[in-house]
Amino acid sequence: MKKRFSIIILLIIISLQIYNSFAVQRFPKPEFESGHTQPPTITPDPRAHALAILDVFVLVAALSVVTWLVLKKRFRIGVFWMSVFAVLYFGFFREGCVCSIGSLQNVTLALFNSEYSIPITVVAFFVLPLVYTLFFGRTFCAGVCPLGALQDIFAFKPMPIKSWLEKVLGIIPFIYLGLAILYSATSTDFIICRYDPFIGFFRLDASFMMFIIGAILLLIGVFIARPYCRFLCPYGALLNLVSRFSKKHITITPAECIQCRLCEDSCPFGAIDKPVLLKDKEARPVAVRRFLIIGIIIPVLILAGGFAGSQFHENLAIVNPKVQLANELLHNTNYGETEKEAFEIEAFKSAGQSKEELYLEAAAIINQFYYGGWVLGGFIGLVFGLTLLSLSVFKYKEDYTPNKSNCLSCARCVDYCPIIPESNL
Amino acid sequence: MAKKEKKKKLTFSKAGLNRRDFIDRSFRFSIGLGLTGIAGVLIKKSKSKEYVWQLDPEKCIHCGRCATSCVLTPSAVKCFHVFDMCGYCDLCGGYLRPEAKNLSTAAENQLCPTSAIERKFIEEPFFEYHIIEDLCIGCAKCVKGCSAFGNGSLQLQVNHRICVNCNECAIARDCPSDAFQRVPIEEPYRFSGNSKDEKKS
Repeated sequence: MKKRFSIIILLIIISLQIYNSFAVQRFPKPEFESGHTQPPTITPDPRAHALAILDVFVLVAALSVVTWLVLKKRFRIGVFWMSVFAVLYFGFFREGCVCSIGSLQNVTLALFNSEYSIPITVVAFFVLPLVYTLFFGRTFCAGVCPLGALQDIFAFKPMPIKSWLEKVLGIIPFIYLGLAILYSATSTDFIICRYDPFIGFFRLDASFMMFIIGAILLLIGVFIARPYCRFLCPYGALLNLVSRFSKKHITITPAECIQCRLCEDSCPFGAIDKPVLLKDKEARPVAVRRFLIIGIIIPVLILAGGFAGSQFHENLAIVNPKVQLANELLHNTNYGETEKEAFEIEAFKSAGQSKEELYLEAAAIINQFYYGGWVLGGFIGLVFGLTLLSLSVFKYKEDYTPNKSNCLSCARCVDYCPIIPESNL
Repeated sequence: MAKKEKKKKLTFSKAGLNRRDFIDRSFRFSIGLGLTGIAGVLIKKSKSKEYVWQLDPEKCIHCGRCATSCVLTPSAVKCFHVFDMCGYCDLCGGYLRPEAKNLSTAAENQLCPTSAIERKFIEEPFFEYHIIEDLCIGCAKCVKGCSAFGNGSLQLQVNHRICVNCNECAIARDCPSDAFQRVPIEEPYRFSGNSKDEKKS
């Protein structure tokens, strides 16, 4: 007890000294005889808060206009011009921040870290597209999201890809979502923002690697439309889930489908479900057995995934700067630098925290990652299981309809339908 | 054909709902409820209107990463001169190289790699130093010199006219001393030392 007390006093004295070294002016402020007045320190104001609220209004307006164009007017060219507007406003003018995709990390951080207080505008950017999707389908993706809009403009020569490949790649957004939530919940990093491939174009400035990745994605996007939206976007994964239960959704035909098959290959994203007729249906015992097997497989997958995730928790945790610092100190590796002390270690020494305290903090973070690893792995296992399940669910339908989860509501298919609604005749 | 079937379905259940619709509706309701819940909790928690990134000069170790890690080139972090703390020295640790031969404005004597500091004679023996914002790259060389040999009136700060306020600041990620923090938009600058009056004016 005595020891601890003396340590505390020592710390107080040291901290006082540190404080003093900043407060003391080595050279006193001069008194000018010539009557010179000291200029003020220039502090340019940040962007006004009112403009951030304006952004939210623009978001609502853009969402409403795109929804109206898609559901009421069924007007593809209008949606295209809205994409151009989104690229110009949310992309080049606002330089890509804050966007709905990134906001999901702020929301996670705010839910898990009580110190972080989230701005209301960011909450709006997270919630509003989800609400619109819940009622009208993924109209946010169609022409409001600047990342999607940029790729949409580049989709010149879309080619269909194999449906099994589409299914497999479609799992990636969920893994990305899980990782993003894990890293933001542990206050480690915002990986979605760090690996945003297109923000470099909007700012006309990025690291070489991110430019290359962005350019490759855009080039792929010429042939495989919107690769980021379909196979990477973690917010898209959320919208995908919500959109399944949307109240209204774009339909290919304004009236009744006549099975003319004109729209069959019109979707660049492979999001049109073909009719499933009764004669394709397999024998009942086969289906029942498969369901039983999947019913057993899903819990096994969740457990296996969770176990695997928990085994990798140290590898996941090393991204955290505190864990990394503790690791470097413990092994004396000095961040791979040989010539002089690494800045991180210099800063740690000057901050006056003891190594033991740091190790305790790092151990607590690694422990968080252990449980996070279980949840993440279990979640990935669940996604794999549900994907398997969705492949074997048989739903009878006779019309061509957009797949509610994958459809980006871009309204391209609408122009392929030959039916003119009665009101227009 | 299809019309007939639809009619059949409608008569099938009294409420005009089939099982699929019912499931959809209940899921939609629960997702809506969840979203309102999350939004409510977050809005209740939210304290300030908006946040901006700023660095704490007392934590800064002048490593120079502000110049290279920012998503903008040149960096949005600039050197700010807190005149209130300046001693108006002739032998300025922030302006002159340690091995400078004479106390002049000659390029070979300047510490700043881009000559972004302007030295102006006021009266014997005082000199005033101004930062030319457009030239400053935020490398912190002058800041290091000034805090090592002078009053520490040269301080690195995020210039909010330039900063695009990334959701997660790229410099904050690379900062070795964890000096970058989100600060409320009402007080966007954090000078160290006796500069409290400066902020008000």
